Amino acid sequence: MELDALILSRLQFAFVVAFHILFPAFTIGLAAFLAVCEGLWLWTKRDVFKRLYLHWIKIFALAFAMGVVSGVVMSYQFGTNWSVFSDKAGSVIGPLLGYEVLTAFFLEATFLGVMLFGWKRVGNKLHFIATCAVAIGTTISAFWILSANSWMQTPVGFATDPETGNFYATDWWAVIFNPSFPSRYVHMMLAAFITTAAVIMAAGAWQVIRGHSSQPTRWQIRMAAGTLCLLMPLQIWAGHWSGEVAHEYQPAKVAAIEGWWDTRDVQGTVLFAIPDEDNERNIAEITVPGTSPYLFANAHGPLQGLKDFAREDRPPVFIVFWAFRIMVGAGLVMLALGIWGAILWWRDRIDKPGLFHLLAVPGGALGFVAVLTGWITAEVGRQPYTVYGFLRTEDSVAPVSAEQVATSLLIFMIVYAIVFTAGTVYMARIATRGFGDDPADPPERENRAPGSALGAVDDKAEMPTPNRQRAK
Amino acid sequence: MDLDLPLIWAILIAVAVMLYVLLDGMDLGIGILTGLAKDDEERNLMTATIEPVWDGNETWLILGGGGLFAAFPLAYAILMPAFYLPVLLMLAALIFRGVAFEFRHKAVRKPTKLFWNGAFFGGSLAAALAQGLILGGFIQGVTVEGRAFAGGAFDWLTPFSLLVAVSVAIGYVLLGACWLILKTEGDVQDRARKRAFMALVGVGVCFAAVSLATLSIDPRVTERWGFSMTHMDFGKLLPLSPIPLFGIVMVVLAARDLTLNVHAPDWRPYLFSVGVFLSGYIGLAVSLFPNLVPFEVDIWEAAARDNALGLMLVGAAIMLPVILIYTGYVYSLFWGKVDPDEAYHD
Repeated sequence: MELDALILSRLQFAFVVAFHILFPAFTIGLAAFLAVCEGLWLWTKRDVFKRLYLHWIKIFALAFAMGVVSGVVMSYQFGTNWSVFSDKAGSVIGPLLGYEVLTAFFLEATFLGVMLFGWKRVGNKLHFIATCAVAIGTTISAFWILSANSWMQTPVGFATDPETGNFYATDWWAVIFNPSFPSRYVHMMLAAFITTAAVIMAAGAWQVIRGHSSQPTRWQIRMAAGTLCLLMPLQIWAGHWSGEVAHEYQPAKVAAIEGWWDTRDVQGTVLFAIPDEDNERNIAEITVPGTSPYLFANAHGPLQGLKDFAREDRPPVFIVFWAFRIMVGAGLVMLALGIWGAILWWRDRIDKPGLFHLLAVPGGALGFVAVLTGWITAEVGRQPYTVYGFLRTEDSVAPVSAEQVATSLLIFMIVYAIVFTAGTVYMARIATRGFGDDPADPPERENRAPGSALGAVDDKAEMPTPNRQRAK
Repeated sequence: MDLDLPLIWAILIAVAVMLYVLLDGMDLGIGILTGLAKDDEERNLMTATIEPVWDGNETWLILGGGGLFAAFPLAYAILMPAFYLPVLLMLAALIFRGVAFEFRHKAVRKPTKLFWNGAFFGGSLAAALAQGLILGGFIQGVTVEGRAFAGGAFDWLTPFSLLVAVSVAIGYVLLGACWLILKTEGDVQDRARKRAFMALVGVGVCFAAVSLATLSIDPRVTERWGFSMTHMDFGKLLPLSPIPLFGIVMVVLAARDLTLNVHAPDWRPYLFSVGVFLSGYIGLAVSLFPNLVPFEVDIWEAAARDNALGLMLVGAAIMLPVILIYTGYVYSLFWGKVDPDEAYHD
């Protein structure tokens, strides 16, 4: 394969967006978790929720900073590498991104300052409002970006200018609430909450294994396990909903996901296969036959296989097929971990180190795995188009040279490797350390704003000094 | 009533970029100044003056970039490939600068601490220079064929763009130093005052040089200001002359406050340096209007469909005042001299 500007630009976009999505996925969930913790603290006055808040806000600050800087990159990628796409689709998706900046980015960024630095200057309630503003901001942001991305998957409500070939909206409501948007928005929001829950559970499990377990540790495992138990079944339903929509609007994508080559009235569920794109068949296929009437109850008529589509109109089958299976597998493991955690909670064994804790620690990465493979399924499945059915990827690329794109890709890889390795180390360092001993009786600074406690002594005491760390 | 939507959006985006330059420019200037900090304590104090607000400040850049995409997709599609490498440099620099705000406090060992301090300084400096290179390349114009950029990868690199890059960096240092005067006390403030004065001298020289160079960039710019080979047209020059004159007055007033009049209120040098920037910015806008891709595409040719601009104008009309109100609220919340013990960092 020749490394031209097109393939390099695709690699670069995949690289920078894959890195970026990890942080919003985590911060959307973490902002909600922080809002819940601070709300519970204000409501119940139980110290444990304040300690959870003060602990996780430090990780949030790091994750948010990395999300911001990798997000700024995204807002320029469309122009630097996909300028023809920008020109053609700008009048339709531009306003959606504009609304994201106006309604979400400023809200998040500005109130983050109050959240992190405003404790001594605002009261408890106002600080809680700032936390909620950040949490709501992340949700609004996801709304607009998912709307824009979903329009690229299922473009409706637009027409083409005969003179320039550019798209323009004819019905904004149809553009914003395009067919795949509701299901994909719900799917992504749930994914964010689940990803964060898996991380919080992993951090708690690690503290238990290391013998640092305390009251906040137990609560964070409980809250995370409860969240997984509650949301994972919903997520399976949301994923199914998303699949039904894709079946209606992007049958080639569904055929690649399912590994169907031939068009049949009833299709099976392929559990394992190595799709062979050259010979249009699956190797070593293991299939449960006759499942499609149950899984695709909304389908009318035969279910299309990939052979129904010209070769140049098919997405890369192998990637889509396997990304989807990894996503589903990761989700099912997280569901199992959530149920397991809930059982341990019920039996009051959550802080007794065991197999659950050993598995929950690597399980903290599964949310990210599912988010990445889910997005790969969606975006590679959209190929060979940027605007599905209307604008091909190869016709979207900017007139920049392969040398320039190779340079930028290399630089992004180096910069991201440094920045995100360091960030992950710093986040893990905070997440894995315990909360210190349970205070015999709750501190008297109960009624102060969270921030005043953050600057206070007990918080510093929980951090191991460099010397103590080396001594271990 | 028929609104000239492209014109309105050109003004809105110009204001967004202006706010970015004033607000994050100040952050970048402080980043550059941390390279001269005496010790880590002074460095922490300097960054503490902007920590609660930098993220919001940087968002104006996203509104500038995103707004250009949304309102003028053609200009965005031509300009971004034209400035591919300096945009890349700016983004990489902003990544380092942004995370260094947090990472500086998390690094435990000395080499990593040094690295992130260096990343904060270097990222700020490189971002400022890259923005100057983009601005310089923008003013001198880009090659266009059809609806796409058709020049070379290094077209933006000229003596002129280098001059603009240096000017922008020095200008940011002026804003940053004046912000430090406003937010700090004692030794740190005294040093900031000295650096602000040196930066002001640099700004005076550089802005004048850029102005003269810009006049000779394209005959249309020269003509707009009433100059030509044979005569001067005072009918054109006089109505525009308040713009540079205002800048000169601001430089003089700032110089007076920074040297002779040490008892001037701490906010005044900052206000005057904002004035200097406004003069330069409006002067540029007047020189280039209505070009959005100098000297090839104007704002009406580059604009998105009216229904897209109209939809966004509704959002902007509602949201921009709200944003300005809560941004103002947060600035007022953190008003006054910075308290080094207030940071949440452990």
